[in-house]
Amino acid sequence: MKVPLSWLKDYVDIPLSVEDLANLLTSLGLEVEAVRYVGLPMPPADARLDFKTSGLAWDPDKIVVAEVREVLPHPNADRLVLARVYDGQAEHQVVTGAPNLFAYKGQGSLDPPLKVAYAREGAVLLDPYNPGGTLRLKRRKIRGVESYSMVCSEKELGISDEHEGIILLDADAPTGVPLADYMGDAVFDIAITPNMARALGILGVAREVAAALGAPLRVPDTAVVMEGPPIEGRAEVRITDPDANPRFAVGLIEDVTLGPSPYEVQRRLKLAGMRPINNIVDATNYVMLEWGEPLHAFDYDILVERAGGQAPTIITRRARPGERLTTLDGEERVLPPYAVLVTDTAGPLSIAGVMGGAESEVRPTTRRVLLEAAVWDPITIRRVSKALKLTTEAAYRYQRGVHPALVEPALLRALELMRRWSGGTVAQGIVDRYPKPQRDPVNRFRPADIRRLLGLDLTATEIANLLRRLEFRVTVHDDGTIEAQTPPHRLDIGEGVVGIADLAEEIARLYGYDRIPATRLADELPPYLGLERARREDRIKDALVVLGLQEVITYRLTAPEREARATVAGEPRPDSEYVRLVNPIAHDRRVLRQTLLPNLLEVAERNARFVARQALFEWGPVFLPREEGLLPDEPQRLALLLTGPREDDFWAGAAAEAMDFYDLKGVLETLARALHLPQPLRFEPGEHPSMHPGKTARVLLGDKVLGHLGELHPQVKARYDFGPAAVLVAELDGCALRDALPDRFTLRPVPQFPPVIEDLAFVVDETVPAAAVEDAIRAGGGAYLRAVTLFDVYRGQNIGAGKKSLAYRVAYQAPDRTLSDKDAARIRKKIVKRVAREVGGVLRG
Amino acid sequence: MLAELERLYQQALAELEAITDSVALDAWRIAHLGRKAPLMQAFGRMREIPPEERPQVGRRINELRDALQAAYEARAEALRQAELARALQEERLDVTLPGRPRPYGRLHPTTQTIRDIVGIFQSMGFQVFQSREVETDEYNFQLLNIPPHHPARDMQDTFYVATPGVDEDETPPVVLRTHTSPGQIHAMRHYAAQDPENPPPIRVVLPGMVFRYEQITARSEIQFTQVEGLAVGRHITFSDLKGTLTEWARRMFGPGARTRFRPSYFPFTEPSVEMDVECFLCGGKGCSVCKHTGWLEVLGAGMVHPVVLRNGGYDPERYSGFAFGMGPERITMLRHGIQDIRHFWRNDVRFLEQF
Repeated sequence: MKVPLSWLKDYVDIPLSVEDLANLLTSLGLEVEAVRYVGLPMPPADARLDFKTSGLAWDPDKIVVAEVREVLPHPNADRLVLARVYDGQAEHQVVTGAPNLFAYKGQGSLDPPLKVAYAREGAVLLDPYNPGGTLRLKRRKIRGVESYSMVCSEKELGISDEHEGIILLDADAPTGVPLADYMGDAVFDIAITPNMARALGILGVAREVAAALGAPLRVPDTAVVMEGPPIEGRAEVRITDPDANPRFAVGLIEDVTLGPSPYEVQRRLKLAGMRPINNIVDATNYVMLEWGEPLHAFDYDILVERAGGQAPTIITRRARPGERLTTLDGEERVLPPYAVLVTDTAGPLSIAGVMGGAESEVRPTTRRVLLEAAVWDPITIRRVSKALKLTTEAAYRYQRGVHPALVEPALLRALELMRRWSGGTVAQGIVDRYPKPQRDPVNRFRPADIRRLLGLDLTATEIANLLRRLEFRVTVHDDGTIEAQTPPHRLDIGEGVVGIADLAEEIARLYGYDRIPATRLADELPPYLGLERARREDRIKDALVVLGLQEVITYRLTAPEREARATVAGEPRPDSEYVRLVNPIAHDRRVLRQTLLPNLLEVAERNARFVARQALFEWGPVFLPREEGLLPDEPQRLALLLTGPREDDFWAGAAAEAMDFYDLKGVLETLARALHLPQPLRFEPGEHPSMHPGKTARVLLGDKVLGHLGELHPQVKARYDFGPAAVLVAELDGCALRDALPDRFTLRPVPQFPPVIEDLAFVVDETVPAAAVEDAIRAGGGAYLRAVTLFDVYRGQNIGAGKKSLAYRVAYQAPDRTLSDKDAARIRKKIVKRVAREVGGVLRG
Repeated sequence: MLAELERLYQQALAELEAITDSVALDAWRIAHLGRKAPLMQAFGRMREIPPEERPQVGRRINELRDALQAAYEARAEALRQAELARALQEERLDVTLPGRPRPYGRLHPTTQTIRDIVGIFQSMGFQVFQSREVETDEYNFQLLNIPPHHPARDMQDTFYVATPGVDEDETPPVVLRTHTSPGQIHAMRHYAAQDPENPPPIRVVLPGMVFRYEQITARSEIQFTQVEGLAVGRHITFSDLKGTLTEWARRMFGPGARTRFRPSYFPFTEPSVEMDVECFLCGGKGCSVCKHTGWLEVLGAGMVHPVVLRNGGYDPERYSGFAFGMGPERITMLRHGIQDIRHFWRNDVRFLEQF
């Protein structure tokens, strides 16, 4: 909300600088995001401020209130005039093209003179033709007539973008006084949080400032000169749904003359961000900005006409199916059934709390105005405003809550302003229907309740005094309890334990957050509930980092096509098989991922342009819809990717070979050891939609399938922009891995006696998997077999076609003695027998 | 004979002086100290000398032999030193050549910052509690005191999840969580289940991914992480909130870090605050990072709203608590001078490898 300082000062005296006031507002929870200086001095450019600043300071010596005493034709130009201007010191001749002076051309001496904003030679103004820039007035000739000063438009002074004509000040503007003193201003742009709806009127902001300063609040006078015939019998109001419309009141003003509002009113409306229309509409907007209560003006004669010449009856009700209304922006709108309407006997007049109808709005010929002040159900207004995509000042306020008590003073205030500005006569009385009076909560509590929440030791009297500054009616009872009656402009104070929390916030706010002490938690420590998930995930990530992998985090949102790109078939699954967004931000981010691999491939693809060697992993959830229930499963996955040379380029030696299947397998094997998994991972030939059919392993832990490891299928790889090196990928069930981490592990004794080490090479059929040979060696070796390491795989004519030789280095060791050659020979014999029996292997001589 | 031996001795010393390599030195040793060397043979020739001179000559021969042996050893040592010096000289490396690159893994910067944040709270007795990313409207909003059509919903643009059987005109019942705050309800209910009559105190931190319906720009993302915190007990106050978060800021940003608290609004806390930390880049003097305010907005917090406590199974008459939330990406950006939030999920190695 935009709050002009001059307007705020109508209601409270503020002995603070603009900047200090901004800080005070922020400290009250009315965060000032920006201040626009409109004439008042600006802070130095290097000032440390919590808000943005903009605008123009008006030099008090160079920009003053002046009077135009005569408008003369320009000797050489039809589109320019010469103004004879008196600035309180001397007369000047000013060349101007302002169209609103042309009417006075050649009329001789003007009595009374026109009051204007006059800029002397050397004054700095905003450059109307260079947004954001300034200009300094210099002496020059315009069409042969010397000019050194100017009469200003609002644009040059930074009031608004109005540049068509010059400002014509109100007649009582004091000639010769610096303009900054007369109407220099600063506009505070305040972010109003939903709990601060009471500050959606400048009077509400003033109330907070007054409370903080301990200063009195000057509430605007709501006395109205009512000299017309009574309203009774000339307008009736009927509320059909008090929940939707708790209060509705109307007043009547007759014999109005529509025209512009006083300049000061127009200026304030503009600074507050509204466009002046005419004295009637401006009065409704002015009072809305003042009180926070929206108002609406109807042309009374049109209402009478619609009622067939009778006194109109205003009926508020829900919309009927298919009901339509042309709103005052000219749009015909179909009204949703939950909308509340202001209607008369002939049909809808306006969408309650959102926008008026075109037919009954005031127009230049309007003579009689029926003025509405009402309160509506916030949820209804919000729904209607959203459905019709209509965001108006009124709807904005109503959906945050307007206290019904504001209806009467706002209505009276607006009638009086209309009377003063339009010359009309106000009918006596108002019609006020208030079927659902607002109950303002009374809260009873003790200082201990406040201490319990705030840790702040205040006495009942101190608490009472703080609340009284905010207009709570407070009684301190003899038993020490405090009773606080909520003032009739607030809807944000609850009852019971909620009410006490609400009041604690008010007390903290006024006392000052910075004055509340800071203490260490002294409360009992919570029990340990075994929340080990995060710690285990950290262990897995740490092990992968030690293995040289870079962690990445990618978008959870993707598209079926993106996931299909990573499969050989390339066929996207229907959106319906995914967790799907109703309102995606982009078509290719419309579902939640079901695998991590495609994202990892995309990351590697982008990075392949910059680095040859990549070793990446991602840990995170995938989202799998469930048959039952609203929410998907969110299992964790671990994905890994290796590609490029085993080592980065080095100046000595040959370039490293590209990583292959066994590099990634080694990462997984080492990971399993680093995590102390209770048993080694097992790898079996497997199948995966993204992987090379001959280079894919199913990864098992015990009987549990953890996932797959393999080389990216060449057809899949071809869809991405990768170099020639193989891309190795794995995706594992993170939850299973995490849950397999042991809480503890037991060490094997460190051997005391030396091992016997020997090399055994077995010739087996090509089809025999290495793992089967190793299993046989281990089975044969028994308890003394300490280690088996495959160190060579050989194929050649001397061992025969379709055969391979696997050479193992084996170590035999006993815990209690050094094994003899005889022991070793016995173990070797068993191994050879076992290997021959189980895999048909023959020991090479 | 003695004179001849003296001559041979002088000659051997002279030859030794000229020797510069170990082969020649070995030949010299055989020639002059070997079994067939003239000096060694001289003992055999003692018969040629009158017996009374023999002891004197014998002594002299021993002296000459010992002297030659000593000279030999000295020379051998000198040669070894010279050879070592030459070898060391020849083995000299260009130490300015680059070292062999070692593969080096790293955690993602977001993970690193989350660990920093969470680690500090863990040392204050907070435990990590994780909860789901796809949430019901009930958990994400309603139980947090944000009923349907509440204006606070405008503060969080929401991704809605399609739910079969729900008309797309209605507000869908499932959302991508817009904040980690639903975890507050999960955590409270988890703890309260231990003893519903007298639920135990809680101190948890809830790190996790959240989602907002936003355009992806340098300043806004559709997903980002948050670290939420929650402390509930029988004696927890607003001053504890201030003390705990101030202590966290000191440990996170340095022992001299100053903080300030401003009123704010969150539907699920009351009173609500925002905490600023004095800009650690300029020391509060004002710079482009703190937008010349001297302060950095770091977190939002507040006392847990009574309705939220009650929804979590904690009686607000007997329990109170505070909650806070912060953005690890924002803190990472502030700490490292990162201008563009899009770096985080783009995972460009040239970004990641700097952490």
